Amino acid sequence: MPIHDQGYQRYIGRRSAIGQGWKVMTRAGVMSVITKRQFIGLMLFAWAPFVVRAVQIYVSATFEQASFLAPKGETFREFLDQQGAFVFFVTIYVGAGLIANDRRANALQLYLSKPMTSAEYIAGKLAILFLFLVSVTFLPAMMLLLTQAMFAGSLTFIRNNLYLLPAITLFALAQVLLASTTMLALSSMSKSSRFVAVMYAGLFFFTTALFNALRGITGKSSFAWLSPSASLEQLGDVIFRLTPRYQLSPALAGLTVVILIAGSVWILLRRVRGVEIVT
Amino acid sequence: MPDILPATHVQEPPPPAERFSGPVVLADHLTVRYGKNRALNDVSAVFPSGAVGLLGPNGAGKSTLLKSLLGFLVPEKGSMKVLGMDVATSPLEIRERIGYMPESDSHIPGMNAVSFVAYCGQLCGLPTADAMQRAHEVLYYVGLGEARYRNIETYSTGMKQRIKLAQAIVHDPDLLFLDEPTNGMDPKGRDEMLELIHDLAHHKNVNLILSSHLLPDVEFTCDHVVVMDKGTIATYGPIAALKGSTGRVYELRIKGDQARFIDVLKAAGYEVHDSDEDVMRVFVPGATDDSTKVLFALAAREKLQVRHLRPSIPTLEDVFARAVGEV
Repeated sequence: MPIHDQGYQRYIGRRSAIGQGWKVMTRAGVMSVITKRQFIGLMLFAWAPFVVRAVQIYVSATFEQASFLAPKGETFREFLDQQGAFVFFVTIYVGAGLIANDRRANALQLYLSKPMTSAEYIAGKLAILFLFLVSVTFLPAMMLLLTQAMFAGSLTFIRNNLYLLPAITLFALAQVLLASTTMLALSSMSKSSRFVAVMYAGLFFFTTALFNALRGITGKSSFAWLSPSASLEQLGDVIFRLTPRYQLSPALAGLTVVILIAGSVWILLRRVRGVEIVT
Repeated sequence: MPDILPATHVQEPPPPAERFSGPVVLADHLTVRYGKNRALNDVSAVFPSGAVGLLGPNGAGKSTLLKSLLGFLVPEKGSMKVLGMDVATSPLEIRERIGYMPESDSHIPGMNAVSFVAYCGQLCGLPTADAMQRAHEVLYYVGLGEARYRNIETYSTGMKQRIKLAQAIVHDPDLLFLDEPTNGMDPKGRDEMLELIHDLAHHKNVNLILSSHLLPDVEFTCDHVVVMDKGTIATYGPIAALKGSTGRVYELRIKGDQARFIDVLKAAGYEVHDSDEDVMRVFVPGATDDSTKVLFALAAREKLQVRHLRPSIPTLEDVFARAVGEV
């Protein structure tokens, strides 16, 4: 009798409860991305501003002559603004193929023939992008706050700017959710990850160019709602208690962001299904 | 000779768990539309346990039925039960217990075979270590043991068919849906795939529904058949009973105008269809021993010479041809 039969056998082991599939997807997705050298390079770049800011905080805390470098509330707003560029690149690198590649390989019908709903599939894919985007926005911003406390040797700054904790969380969440849902929706609309990347970049640059053109023509910045990134900037200013940079109601800026996220989720729920119906 | 390993290290085969033994699928007045096209029209059928062939020409609604049973398509009306559970209310519980091998080329990009199959096992709820172990096992079982570390995108069509079967059985399903499993395979690969399916159904006791337009595939692997045509059920039942039902089949070859004689036979109430070369197959309903005499008499009346007449074993092709009216 063989010690181990490599033929087909009945499985009598335990199975996890239904509804855990998205975790499996997220784990596999994260592992497949972090093993790529290009991505590791991109992440190192994305953390470079954190290192620069940390040095700045250290110098300001250590040398009195450099106290003008000491962080203020708006330092964190600026930092997250700078990280917007890395949000853009990470979103394209990680997100463009997330659903498009599955559509190209007809994998959706495989996923959805398993005990998994389309919402779970979307959640699994969203979580991959969400985790990476959080790691270049929320995580370094919070670490910067901790670094400040560490180098200053007191919690005075945090205590005096307590609003920074929810502000960083909220703004980073808006940044991450907007980028991840929009990219995932675009990814669900094509079988080519390159095309998705071009569409995302096009959407980003075209809307910004349109807004800037209208601002140039009319002399007003009330058209900021046309650009998702300008709407997000406006929202960020309000969240960080700064003077809004555009002549746009913060409510309208928030509404633009919410509509984009909701619209993307709606597209995702319509596009992610086990069978392609052409009527 | 001493044992290589202590007896405690020898893995005894696990006791076989009970398979579902009732009707695996019940469809009740099922209607499914793609826009204005009615793909399934008031379909009612019972799929018993065991191996059931879902047979029909392209566009008959076979794949639509499977996709409806998976919950991919919402029927306009009617209801479905799979393994005793309602598709509308328990789709996830059903999918946990079934395996699906789709018709089209499908894989998860960027993975090698063993990672892919293990990943599919995990998606079905298997723990990571168990999923990996079963992935190796089923890949050997389907004949991809040596190629299991290759990226699936480098696989041939036949290998891709096998990997689709492997991902469908990795979690040990109670019911398998196989949609055209021999598509694009060479004759040797096709025979091996059919052997695998036969083995799963008859030695591993896996219930399966095999959708195919290839009669020999269904005849070789299945015990029951459901014949579909134009979105409806044309006939269903045990293959043996359907083949040997209400009549006899004769192989007939004549010298003369074959087309005219086919018309004569049809006018006389016989079902006829051409087979290879110039031999026709004549189905005589409720045939008696006199039926050969009648065929000779008809030929004589038409001044045609019977060159070959012999009783034939009814095949699934005859059942299919009668069911879909190709006679």
